[in-house]
Amino acid sequence: MWSNVLYIDLDTGEHKVKDRADLFDKYLGGTGVATQLLLEECPPGTDPFSPKAPIIFSIGPLNTIFPCVSKTVSMFKSPMTGELGESHAGGRLSMAMRFAGYDSIVIKGRAEKPCYLSIHDDEVQIKDATSIWNVSSVEVIGKILREVEPGKGRRSIMRIGGAGVKMVRYANVNVDTYRHFGRLGLGAVFGSKNLKAIVISGTEDVEIPEIAPYSKMYNKLYDAVVDTEVMDKYHDLGTAANINVLNQLKGLPTRNLKQSGFENAENISGEYFADNLLLRKIACSNCPIGCIHIAMLKTTFQKGHEFEVNHISYDYELIYSLGTNLGINLAEDVLRLIDRCERYGLDIMSTGGVLAWATESYERDLITPTDTLGIALRFGDTNNYLKMIDKIVEMPNKFYQTLAKGTVAAAAEYGGEDFAVNLGGLEIAGYHTGPASIVGQMVGVRHSHLDNGGYSIDQKAASQQLTGEQMVDKLIYEDYWRMINNSLVACLFARGVYGEQTIIDALASVGIKKTRDELETLGREIFLAKYEFKKQQGFDVDKIKVPGRFYETISQLGMIKEETIREMLELYKKKTGI
Amino acid sequence: MSARIKVANPNRCIGCYSCMLACSRVNAKTASLIDSAIDIRTSGGIESGLEIIVCRSCIDPPCARACPTGALTPRNGGGVILDKDLCDSCMTCASACLPRAIHFDKAGMPVICTHCGVCARFCSHDVLELRKTEVL
Ligand code: SF4
Ligand code: SF4
Ligand code: SF4
Ligand code: SF4
Repeated sequence: MWSNVLYIDLDTGEHKVKDRADLFDKYLGGTGVATQLLLEECPPGTDPFSPKAPIIFSIGPLNTIFPCVSKTVSMFKSPMTGELGESHAGGRLSMAMRFAGYDSIVIKGRAEKPCYLSIHDDEVQIKDATSIWNVSSVEVIGKILREVEPGKGRRSIMRIGGAGVKMVRYANVNVDTYRHFGRLGLGAVFGSKNLKAIVISGTEDVEIPEIAPYSKMYNKLYDAVVDTEVMDKYHDLGTAANINVLNQLKGLPTRNLKQSGFENAENISGEYFADNLLLRKIACSNCPIGCIHIAMLKTTFQKGHEFEVNHISYDYELIYSLGTNLGINLAEDVLRLIDRCERYGLDIMSTGGVLAWATESYERDLITPTDTLGIALRFGDTNNYLKMIDKIVEMPNKFYQTLAKGTVAAAAEYGGEDFAVNLGGLEIAGYHTGPASIVGQMVGVRHSHLDNGGYSIDQKAASQQLTGEQMVDKLIYEDYWRMINNSLVACLFARGVYGEQTIIDALASVGIKKTRDELETLGREIFLAKYEFKKQQGFDVDKIKVPGRFYETISQLGMIKEETIREMLELYKKKTGI
Repeated sequence: MSARIKVANPNRCIGCYSCMLACSRVNAKTASLIDSAIDIRTSGGIESGLEIIVCRSCIDPPCARACPTGALTPRNGGGVILDKDLCDSCMTCASACLPRAIHFDKAGMPVICTHCGVCARFCSHDVLELRKTEVL
């Protein structure tokens, strides 16, 4: 039950389905299973862009059948970091995989010609995508495929835009228009395989072993999600609520982290967006929260009331990276920048980081107008940033080719390493809250603020006077337990609802018996398996350089000392055994 | 008193499918979309809005009139009742229903809305409401 893995080989055009109960019984699903598949399929030294490098998708046993268990995890070797690439997306993908009857999908090889995958129940086809390969906009790709593919109404469509085709290393994969496999470059890996899109739909149902306990559990969880305060933040302003909060606390990276607060934060705050630009909210499948905030941007393009209207989804991270971090003062301008990146399928957190580094480098004359092809870079200059984004995808010269490789690659070439704001090769999330955020992103298995929520541990430290060791313990706890949430592939926004006991009860209600100890051990095991992969691919936590900028800008917890980071890192290593 | 499902606020739908999963869970004892009598679907991608397809509880139901075997009979208060033993899966009823409210499960049986209201219970956005109707 619930353990089918679909293997697709783009070299030969063949596919097969294997029952991998061996993996699903032990590792639940999602992240747990995908890690094992990655270890099996991606030997040390594999080039992220070689046909041998796999793309893996995985869901878990509770996907679609419980509220907010709505995500899919993808794993691959990251072209950004050269090691573990892991990204999570919502939308309708997990539901579509579930009802198509596939719990994981493993894609290898490289198609000879541009292709897309059409997966509808048992029908798996590799189809010619030559005519849409150079269509740059992910929105248009969605529209085209909707016309020719079955499964109308409830299928999921993953696709790459111009950035993925050109293999910009931080290209993302767009899922159902408003969700993404964002970080670490899955879009570039799609591009390297000549894979433009995947359409998936299904008509299976999930048989529930015993309906009564399942329904009871469902009702409990549904009510918890809908009626309690835990989820209010996501119902209302969404993650964008963080702009004002972090600004006041001095934790909001601004102008390439030269500052940790933005004087115009109010103008691009979640409150401003919600009051003035919010059009509607939508949801991932089976998530009554519906945190996906869609703004309407109305632009005149000619006299006589000629308007162009765009619907753009926004979130905290996007407003930080293309807003405060670039010194953008108007919410409408932030939307224009988001929209431009979205069309190309660029990871927005990385794009913002790259542009911020480039702007500071330009200020310091490390790069010249010759490099930028005449585009002057200034914080706050939206129009020039729009031009830069086009050029990053076009790559007309060496400078832009380098920018398309990310901040670290660009700094290695042009200098400015001390303000190339990254951790472990990846541009950071929008939190300059203190040491737990920094250490958390360094050690986290996917260099993400979502690995262990270091930022919220910093916030706790502010009120509870935590020692470095206590912070490390909390990081480790989150690191292990989030492996479980991510193996179910529950939305981490709902982690307040899916605590330890709830997970145990929800699993039990569909016949999967696990004790607390078993789950905690499993979380640790999955975490270590990921580290095994990382190390195989050359990752060494001691080699991560923390750019000086992190120590120069005041954080929510005051100035951060290098030795604090070093001490916490040593403790973390000792306690986890990594 | 009888009751019927009413699409009260269609524009508030967020496309979460909680209603459909509730219908199949309670009425068919599965987690499924195709076992649901209510159908939420995007109309050309999530960016183009959502269609909410439910039985409109016709007082003089054309689906029942079209059924050649008498498997569908008018329900007191609107809508129809299905007698599975009489149904031969011919799908004639589906074409008679303009709102396209009749779907078929994997076994080819029509999934007919009983206006039980469980979908409304699980709609967090008040898109659906269970309303009382006159019994004739
Ligand atoms: S909370 Fe938001 S991102 Fe998470 S599953 Fe729900 S709609 Fe999707
Ligand atoms: S199924 Fe269609 S035709 Fe039949 S009662 Fe409902 S809305 Fe009317
Ligand atoms: S499918 Fe069944 S209920 Fe519908 S018209 Fe045919 S016999 Fe009647
Ligand atoms: S539960 Fe309500 S909001 Fe969700 S899909 Fe159904 S009608 Fe729409």
